[in-house]
Amino acid sequence: MRNLMQQPFRTAVLVLVWGWLLFLVLAPNLLVVGASVMTRSPGTFISLPLTLDAYRQLFDPLYLEVFLHSLYMAAVTTTVCLLIGYPFAWSLSKVGKQRQVLLIFLLIVPFWTNSLVRTYALKLILATNGLLNSALMSLGWIDEPVQMLYTEGAVVIGLVYLLLPFMILPLYSVFEDLREDLLRASHDLGAGRFSTFIHVIVPMTLPGVLAGIMLVLLPAMGLFFVPDILGGSRNLLVGNVIKNQFLDARNWPFGAAASIMLTLAMAFLMFAHRLSKRRIGEDGV
Amino acid sequence: MASDSDLSCTGLVRRFSGHAAVDHVSLNVPAGTFFSILGPSGCGKTTLLRMLAGFDKPDQGDIYIRGQRMNDVPPNRRPVNMVFQHLALFPTMSVGDNIGYGLKRQKVPLAERRKRIAEVLEQVGLPGLEGRNPQQLSGGQRQRVALARCLVLKPTLLLLDEPLGALDLKLREQMKVELKHLQKAFGTTFVYITHDQSEAMVMSDQVAVMKDGRFDQVAPPEALYREPATPFVAGFVGDNNRISGDLVAVQGELAEIRLDDGSLVRGRIASDDLETGGRVDLFIRPESLVLAGDALNSGYSGMDACIRSTLFDGANSRVEAEGAGNNTLYARLPQDGSAPRFNENATVRLAWDPALARVFGARI
Repeated sequence: MRNLMQQPFRTAVLVLVWGWLLFLVLAPNLLVVGASVMTRSPGTFISLPLTLDAYRQLFDPLYLEVFLHSLYMAAVTTTVCLLIGYPFAWSLSKVGKQRQVLLIFLLIVPFWTNSLVRTYALKLILATNGLLNSALMSLGWIDEPVQMLYTEGAVVIGLVYLLLPFMILPLYSVFEDLREDLLRASHDLGAGRFSTFIHVIVPMTLPGVLAGIMLVLLPAMGLFFVPDILGGSRNLLVGNVIKNQFLDARNWPFGAAASIMLTLAMAFLMFAHRLSKRRIGEDGV
Repeated sequence: MASDSDLSCTGLVRRFSGHAAVDHVSLNVPAGTFFSILGPSGCGKTTLLRMLAGFDKPDQGDIYIRGQRMNDVPPNRRPVNMVFQHLALFPTMSVGDNIGYGLKRQKVPLAERRKRIAEVLEQVGLPGLEGRNPQQLSGGQRQRVALARCLVLKPTLLLLDEPLGALDLKLREQMKVELKHLQKAFGTTFVYITHDQSEAMVMSDQVAVMKDGRFDQVAPPEALYREPATPFVAGFVGDNNRISGDLVAVQGELAEIRLDDGSLVRGRIASDDLETGGRVDLFIRPESLVLAGDALNSGYSGMDACIRSTLFDGANSRVEAEGAGNNTLYARLPQDGSAPRFNENATVRLAWDPALARVFGARI
């Protein structure tokens, strides 16, 4: 009886999920893979014959440098997010339930505004005659405006600003699961605060750290509009390269190859995340 | 400080926003004994245990462990370990690492650590399980790992915070006996808190019954059961019938009580604040009630009661009856074939030896 009632719903859900995965995930990705091994063509964007030229081009020193710089900025962004997000999520899990709801709400509110708009807002703050410089000057801390916009720092600030919630939320969820009695047990068995942090808290929150890194590091390499608005021409991300190949240079195979490389990097991180989860055995006590 | 006592507390007080959760508690636990603190939830027993472990500080009073004052010693420096209510095994560590955690903090070298972990696992009956994940173990096994993790450190005092609560009934019965045996085998002093009187009774050498932040009575289980010192203990420890009435006369050790319907019953006086004419409660255990008329000759007290229902529960089977003055009474039905079958609404005489009944002044 119950089975019969559930069947149509079950079918609908399965069709929806599989349909979504097939047409909106698998098919586009296959198209990208296909494009990456084709030849560039001025009229039709891509044409035969099949070739690995695009992948070869990825290792061109010029692009390699862009990738490495991009990875470096993403790594700095991730580190900053982790340094801010870890204590933030920890204290978030410690305040009362009601305030927790409020704080998480505040964390999510910015998502309701388009991130492009928010990045422009950041530009207004960081500009040479922007809010921050004006404020610092009126406080008398600096005599003349500091160049903040169009620097590497501005890009990192923009990325941290946009991606910090993605670091905090998975960390918050692991801190929520970190029961107080585990810390007490550690203390009771003779460990001090530092020992407890290293041997209990860090291993327990590691899955959240890895999830946060996954959610920040790779998107950080893809958010092309942040360097576009805040970074000037030298602080490019992989995302800028991909965007330029598709929209400006019209080199689709190369753009596709670059995006596949990002996807592979993501897959590698997810694999590492899975491994860490298995080792830790997170089905709880 | 008695030198042979592992734990002694004097006048412990802990207040939370003006309310005393622990209110002038003093206790003394001789070395190698199993001491239980029994009380309903909210009686302050958890607060008391947290102070013994060092997670909380008393507002007044002192805690001594083997004569050493412990008030300002943090939990990681106390010779005390605790088995937590939900065990708090570290899910990121194997069984062996869990047990070795405390040893490692004491910088015990690896070889000796391994040896001691293997030994203690042997002692709790889980030899060779070092490499397992705690999650792979059954509830009873996890219980033993939690115990081993503490006992391997050879604490002066082991605190247990209702660790059996999460187990199912059969396993809990088994673990009760096992815990008692382990305590004897290790010779460690156990302080066990629980709201389950059967756990406290079966395992303990001494039981403190706690209520509203105070100890009502501290006694061995049998004394607690047979000689409850307060009406609360009489009602809380084991099943008991309470019969209310007015004290009309005192004859030596016995009190004569008039029930609300005018009938008279008798019981032994258990508190010294009784006044003739005052309201009193008589407590009589279900197994002390006799369902017959022939016992009346031997100086028994009793009352007529109307059978409401028979509650079959194996060895613990009882009848529910309504006695004089609207008192609901339960009487144990012997399961040796001697008990008659009762029809509902039949009238029986419930009799008891007055020496087995205890009379307290009624709480208003």
